[in-house]
Amino acid sequence: MPEKFDVVVVGAGPSGLAAAYKLAEAGLKVIVIERGEFPGAKNVMGGIIYKKPTEAVFPEIFKEAPVERPIIEQRYYFLTDTAKIGFSYRNPRYKEDISGYSVFRAKFDRFLAKKVQEKGALLITETVVEDLIVKDGKVKGVVAGRKEGEVLADVVVLAEGAHSLLAQKYGYQKPIPPQNLAVAVKEVIGLPAAVIEDRFNIEPGEGVAIELFGKATAGMVGTAFIYTNQNSLSIGVGALMSDLIKRRIGPNDLIEAFKNHPAIKPLLRDGEVKEYLAHLIPEGGYKGIPKLYGDGIVIVGDAGMLVNSIHREGSNLAITSGALAAKAIIRAASQGDFSANTLKVYEDYLKESFVMKDLEKYKNAKDFLEQNHDLMTAYPDMMDEAFFELFMVDGVPKRDKFKAIKEKALSKRSFWQMVKDVYGLWKGLIR
Amino acid sequence: MHAVVLLKQVPDTAEVRIDPKTNTLIREGVPSIINPYDAHALEEALRLKDKYGGKVTVVSMGPPQAAEALKKAISYGADRAILLTDRKFAGSDTLATSYVLAKAIEKIVSQEPVDLVFAGKQAIDGDTAQVGPGVAARLNMALITYIERVEEFNPDEGYVVAVRKIEGRKEYVRAKLPALLTALKGINEIRYATMPDMIRAARYQPEVWGKEQLDVEEAFLGLKGSPTQVWKSFVPQAKARAKVEMLTGSPEEVAKALVEKLVPLTLIANK
Repeated sequence: MPEKFDVVVVGAGPSGLAAAYKLAEAGLKVIVIERGEFPGAKNVMGGIIYKKPTEAVFPEIFKEAPVERPIIEQRYYFLTDTAKIGFSYRNPRYKEDISGYSVFRAKFDRFLAKKVQEKGALLITETVVEDLIVKDGKVKGVVAGRKEGEVLADVVVLAEGAHSLLAQKYGYQKPIPPQNLAVAVKEVIGLPAAVIEDRFNIEPGEGVAIELFGKATAGMVGTAFIYTNQNSLSIGVGALMSDLIKRRIGPNDLIEAFKNHPAIKPLLRDGEVKEYLAHLIPEGGYKGIPKLYGDGIVIVGDAGMLVNSIHREGSNLAITSGALAAKAIIRAASQGDFSANTLKVYEDYLKESFVMKDLEKYKNAKDFLEQNHDLMTAYPDMMDEAFFELFMVDGVPKRDKFKAIKEKALSKRSFWQMVKDVYGLWKGLIR
Repeated sequence: MHAVVLLKQVPDTAEVRIDPKTNTLIREGVPSIINPYDAHALEEALRLKDKYGGKVTVVSMGPPQAAEALKKAISYGADRAILLTDRKFAGSDTLATSYVLAKAIEKIVSQEPVDLVFAGKQAIDGDTAQVGPGVAARLNMALITYIERVEEFNPDEGYVVAVRKIEGRKEYVRAKLPALLTALKGINEIRYATMPDMIRAARYQPEVWGKEQLDVEEAFLGLKGSPTQVWKSFVPQAKARAKVEMLTGSPEEVAKALVEKLVPLTLIANK
């Protein structure tokens, strides 16, 4: 006879661990099943964890959590073939009032899992959940890929990540089209702390996050990033799978080209590649969100498409969704009713939180960017030419320079097209 | 049948690197595993349990995190796990380690009889192959080293027959019980734990025995009780790169040229 738990959590990433933490804290009998050798072994993200949303679920966690550097400066770079146009915001106040830290998931998730175990949840690793147990349309547990693998539960929290195989198998999620998935590749490049601090203009105990656009992704919809860790850099490039397929460019070529860009190469000089990682990012946005609850089941984190790609946020949405799912389950347990009708409140909680509000705000952003691919490169190129002229001191009167710049820009893109672009950006991203 | 299996948690040497400055192992971030020789010893003990019934107790001496190795052993099907940990045990060489392990086994025997003690031939991080024999000597037990499998276990007549794999041959050795057996690597296929066993292991907390729980004399523990100490360790410098030479021509010519090169090096006979 298989053992019955109150809740089975499938996957020990941030969303699953947040759910398990809250559920165990409420005294429910929880088991977390993770396929990796340890929590974090198979988990990948760019490398920034946000302090406040994480602490909202795991109080005081950053007193001992393994983090690298607090981010005190955010840079945005637009790359053309050779140029870099940048914008940055830096304020050491972020050291007192911390927003995010660079982290390694292999260390951080393992630490979170320990906190979850301390709350009383059981953690099983190296075990793949292969199927759900469904009776009369109600989820009753899971089947793990081991002998006597059945584990029963009142509710299954599906935190299985971007692949969302079980969510698709049971029709919560449709097969995800390639335009709703990004492939991201990442390298961890080892460099001495002092070199990182010199190169990125920071003090010990300070970190920088750089997001890059334009040719950084060979013009595809996506971004590249560079984050400073203690003794290494996390760098990576992510682009929509549909773009990669269309352009027949492999993600590995993308990161190699990025590393060799004249504006990037000196930042990485003499670095030693210590890790190479690749992962899928669910980028369907608001419109790609599957049905997040059913009879005896809730879906959280990446499996629920809860990723805000415009702001490179995922782990905070994951943690928050996990905690809100737990809240819904605790309420359901007090009523002794785990039907879809009762668990539906999870979706209401999400709608009241920043998770759905942010995703709803950017619901048209991806479509807009996809339909206006050339934006990713046209404006950086235009700005490149304009700045090049502007900063070239060659005896040409400034009035003539500005006129030439304006004419050149208008020859590439009509005034009305630019107005349309601005309107589109405003509508898709800002409003 | 009651078997005690001695386990050591070791860094996974497949992923270990040496700090070029201090010449010591970089342990940070290196995953820990059950010493592979010990894992096969455990599997052999579990197979005996499958066949004859009974119980398997696993024992490990090490820092508190060695509990993970013991919990893993529980997931494979071991029944009881004991962690020997104490600051006073730190820095033990093989003599001091075998002393503590022997004392722990004596205590287990005082609680319930033990038929067999299993250990790996050696640990992959120390390569001494001394602890198993040391424990057997201290407990005055029969010792069979380098075993490939247990051929026969006969508690009624009080003996065990194990197959030793040694240079060019195999030996069937019969020893009276209780006996200590040290196992080779790769001798059996380690089982994949069942889900109920995984759950049992996740819940299981190994018993922790320190100096106070054992009848030990402090003079024999840790650094104090260790007549040997690592005086110096270093990483051998790689020798000059091997010279690579491509021989070209017909197969006959290449073969002839190769023979002419190998004979002066006395790598092959000159006939």
